[in-house]
Order: sequence, then structure tokens, then C-alpha cells
Amino acid sequence: MRPTLRPVAFLRTFLAVLTAACLTAPAAMAQLKLEITSGVTNPVPIAIVPFAESPTDGTDVADVVQHDLVGSGRFTALPRNKMPATPTSPAQVKFADWKAAGSDYMVVGQVVPVAGGQIAVDFNLLNTLTGQSIARQRFTGSAAALRNAAHRVSDVIYQAITGIRGAFATRIAYVAVVPDGAEQRFQLVIADADGYNQHLILESRFPIMSPAWSPDGQWIAYVSFENHLSAVYVQRVQSGQRSRVSMRAGINGAPAWSPDGRRLALTLSGDTGHPQIYLLDLSDQRLTRLTDSPSINTEATWSPDGRFIYFTSDRAGEPQIYRIGATPGSPTQRITFTDEYNAGPHLSPDGKLLAMVTRDDGGNYRIAVQNLATGDFRVLTNGRLDTSPSFAPNSATIMYAERPGQAQAGILATISVDGLTGLSLKPTQGEVRDPAWGPFIQ
Amino acid sequence: MYRRTLVLMLLAGCLGLAACAHKPPKPSPEQQQSTAGGPGAESQGAEGGANANGGPFGNQNSVAGPQQGLLAKRTVYFDFDSAVIKGDGTDIVAAHAKYLSDHADARVRLEGNTDERGSPEYNIGLGMRRAQAVRQALLLQGASASQITVVSYGAEHPVDPAHNEDAWSKNRRVDIVYLTPNMQPPQAPQ
Repeated sequence: MRPTLRPVAFLRTFLAVLTAACLTAPAAMAQLKLEITSGVTNPVPIAIVPFAESPTDGTDVADVVQHDLVGSGRFTALPRNKMPATPTSPAQVKFADWKAAGSDYMVVGQVVPVAGGQIAVDFNLLNTLTGQSIARQRFTGSAAALRNAAHRVSDVIYQAITGIRGAFATRIAYVAVVPDGAEQRFQLVIADADGYNQHLILESRFPIMSPAWSPDGQWIAYVSFENHLSAVYVQRVQSGQRSRVSMRAGINGAPAWSPDGRRLALTLSGDTGHPQIYLLDLSDQRLTRLTDSPSINTEATWSPDGRFIYFTSDRAGEPQIYRIGATPGSPTQRITFTDEYNAGPHLSPDGKLLAMVTRDDGGNYRIAVQNLATGDFRVLTNGRLDTSPSFAPNSATIMYAERPGQAQAGILATISVDGLTGLSLKPTQGEVRDPAWGPFIQ
Repeated sequence: MYRRTLVLMLLAGCLGLAACAHKPPKPSPEQQQSTAGGPGAESQGAEGGANANGGPFGNQNSVAGPQQGLLAKRTVYFDFDSAVIKGDGTDIVAAHAKYLSDHADARVRLEGNTDERGSPEYNIGLGMRRAQAVRQALLLQGASASQITVVSYGAEHPVDPAHNEDAWSKNRRVDIVYLTPNMQPPQAPQ
């Protein structure tokens, strides 16, 4: 029996609040609702004291930070009505009171105007037991970027306490499918990792799938079936400018950027052949074929050093994950041996873990990770139709698509690589799928 | 056991907390796209986003082409994880092969589909395998390669969106779509 890491029961609770406020949102754009579905057993108690904010655009910085940290599953936050005071600088803190309130750590800070019409977010992470400052920093930027600054505060706190680089100030791409009368519309959406700040970058009546971020976060590659033809496009996130990089006969699919951003791995089949992995040089459009097997070969994902490509192939009769060198004529090595169905691989940015979709004996499709050094294979999720795993840039969390039940539309969910902490992102209408977690933003 | 439930409504653009979600402007559908471009290569798309609206996506094309007898049937079904044409699919494919053979100007697009289970891009491969099975059967029975194009939608184009076996069996299919309306009556089956 395979170990299934799910010691904490998932909670599925709704809180219908603020829906009336959504009337101003574009009707065709579903919003995402974030919900924490599980947590670790010993979260770190922390108090995020409300920041002194002047000026403010309505962003409650401390609230954003608190949601980030609690959402990671590694922290529990002191409720505001249990806070003994509202200090905004270390000098105002009476540590004994916060220690008594049960917080090991606390954060105090301010948002202040600075030269040039910009604002600065100052914060201090304090150890309430020792009274020492563990981290302090100032982020300066436009007032419109206040929410992003709050995520950066979360990143610093998370790293200072857990030792792992935070990935709160990052973005995701995903495909939304929204009803439009008798038809439906496919939307390619960019959002903050917590679902805020959604931007529609492509809308189509034809399917859109497989978004993939360039390593610099400036481009998205994706598959679009405009006018019943499959094609791969690359599109600038900021400007919306796009180029069609492949519209050959048959399949044009599964784009994956090389770590240096210069090549795309693609799946092409031609009119008659089997799907094979190719490399497309984006500077001169030169195409190099990598696989040569009378079977399905698809879903390339790169090793971080750019030397290898992991992919799905059913050359042995059922889909399994294989590895091939990223130069023509390289040998192929089978990677997965657990279960009869392993597909949709995504390699962690640190190169250590391979996430994939696995089918268990009960016919459930779930997200699993295989440790490439040890071969250890673990199923992380407990859904029925979980697909499309995508690692956060810190390799600590996987976002994936989930279809929760018989009548329910698809949602996005996250699971920590230890299987302990999960979140879900649910659309207010339609369904969402095919998440791709973007790189760190420099 | 530690349990925590926290629900946040994330309403970008609703509370003034975040930049408004916005819709991309819609460039004209005639706008041409470059082929084989790359970052820095020839490109298209309007400021703020591209738009890929074409006509409706559904099976409206199925009204085109011959309608007599088996020719009115345009869908061939498959078992789970199989690309073997089953049931009356063999006869349907034979009828279309005969029609294509007799009407050199007729054109079809074979659209391969899978049920929703499993990895999306792998399903594109499985859908293509089904489309190829129908293509091969058409070619063996007299259709010519120039009459046939193939596309796989994988699990992206279900006819039944439900998440159950009944829906899945309807979605594992190849749709035969006639691209040019042909008003000539098909010859009677021999």
C-alpha cells in the first residue's frame, strides 16, 4: 500500500460575504475565492498588528500579510480583538503582553509617504520571547502596488521564520471557462498567487490550454484552437502582443520554456504521425526533434540546468514519465514505475521533485510527487479528478486543477509538497483549470 | 488535531483593494497573425491583450454535408483508453468513406475527443490517436488523404459536461465534420 499523506481532513466551508460588492466587476470575469482546506499540526503563533497607514488606498497591509502566512498552513495568527495594543514601531511594544497573548512572533509596521508621490512600507518582525528584531525592511513603490508590497512583507517573514523563500509575491496563469448564453468562453487569466489582481489576456470561443511562463515572467506560451486549428502562441503579458510560433498539421501542444528562455519544447504530431517532443529555437524558428517512438510522447518539462526533458509516453503501453537529454540522439530513461498511469509531469524549480497525475486502483486521478534522488513516490491529494500540477517557484507548494464532485465545476487548489497544507481557489462562476505558477518576480 | 478553516472572498476590483480586472480590447477578427514568430519576431495583438474570438465553437458545421441514411451520423464512439472504432461506428465510417470516395470535392475534418479524466495534453494525444483511427479507416475504404484534416481537442470539447460514466462514454468520440456543403445527392448504398 502506497503511503498517502493526508493526516488532516480537508474542510470545505463556505462563507458568503461581500458578494454584493462584486456587482461592479465585469460580468464575464469570474472571481476567485480562496479557502484554506487544511493546515500543519504545529503552526507558529504570530501577531500581525495593523499597520499605521497614511496614505491608504484601502489595502489593509497587515490583513494581506496575515492571510498569506495563515494560508501557508505554517502560521496561526492572533485575532485583532485579542491584541493587547496596537503598536506600529518596536519602541511601542510591551513584549510581556504579547508573550502572554501566546504569540511567539509579532510584526509591526507603517505605510508612509515618501518623495516623488510614492509610498514606503516599513515593517519589523520581532521575537516576543527575546524582544529582538529578526527582520526589518522598507519597500518603496507606487501606492497602486501596496498589495504587492504586502506580499513582499509576507515573503520576508516567511523566509525569516521557516528558512524557505516565500512565494507570495508571485503570479499565476490559468484558463477560465465561463458560460456565455448557450456557448462558453475560454479565458486566459493572469492573477496574483492569491487570486487577486486578475487580468484577462486572451478570450476565445475556442479552447485555450497549457499556459506556460517564460523564465523571466514576461511571456506566456499557450495552446489555442482558434478556427478549429491547434496552434502554439507566445504572448507578452504586459502588452498583449503575441506571435504564433507553431501551427503545423496535427497536434501543436504542451509548450515548455527552456530555463534560459531561448527555446520551447513542443509536442507536434503532423497529419499522420505520433506525437513527438520537439525543441523550437525562438530566435530562428529552427525545429529539432527529440523523441522518436511510435507512441504518444508529450508534456515536456525541463530540468533546471536545461540538460534534460521529462515527458509522458505510453511506449510501454500505458503512460509513464521518461527522461531524455535535450540534445538529439540522447538516450531515454524511464522514471516512474508506481501505478499504471502517470502523466502530466512538472519538475520542481529546484530539480528535486517530479509532480504528476497518477491514477490509483480506484480509478481516481491524483497529484503525486516522486523524489528523483530516492525514488520515493507519494500521493499528495485525495481528489477524484486532479490534474495539471504546477510548482511554486520556491518548490514548496504545488497548484493543480481539481473537479471536486459529480456536479461541480473545476477549481484550482494548492497542496504543500509534504501533503499537509491545502488551499482552494474557487471561481464565482464557470470553472478554472490548467494553472501555471509563474517565476519569482525580481 | 489542529484544524483551521478560513474563508476569504477574493474580489479583485470589487472593493477598490486591487487593480480592476479588465477585459482586453477586441482587435478585428480579420487581423492577420504571423506564423513562426518568436519573442521579438513579427507579432500581432492589441495593447492590453489579444482576442481570439471567431465564430461559435459548437458543432454547427455538422449541418453541412450529406444527410442520407448513415451519412447523417457524424460521431464514432470509443471505449475507455481505446482507439478501436466500435459498434455502428464501423458502418458509419464506411458510409462516409464511400461518400468521400464518390465526391472528390468533399472535405472533412476529423475531431478527436476524450473524456475528462487524466492529464489534458496526454488526452490531446489520445484524441489524435482516435482521429487517426478514423482517418485510416476512411483511407482504406477509398477516401483520399487530401480530403481529410485532423484535430484533437482532447478533453476540451465535451458534448456532455457531467462528471460521470454516462457523460464520459458520450465524450469519447470522433466527430466527422464536413467543411464544404455538398448539394449533390449521395449515391445510393450499393
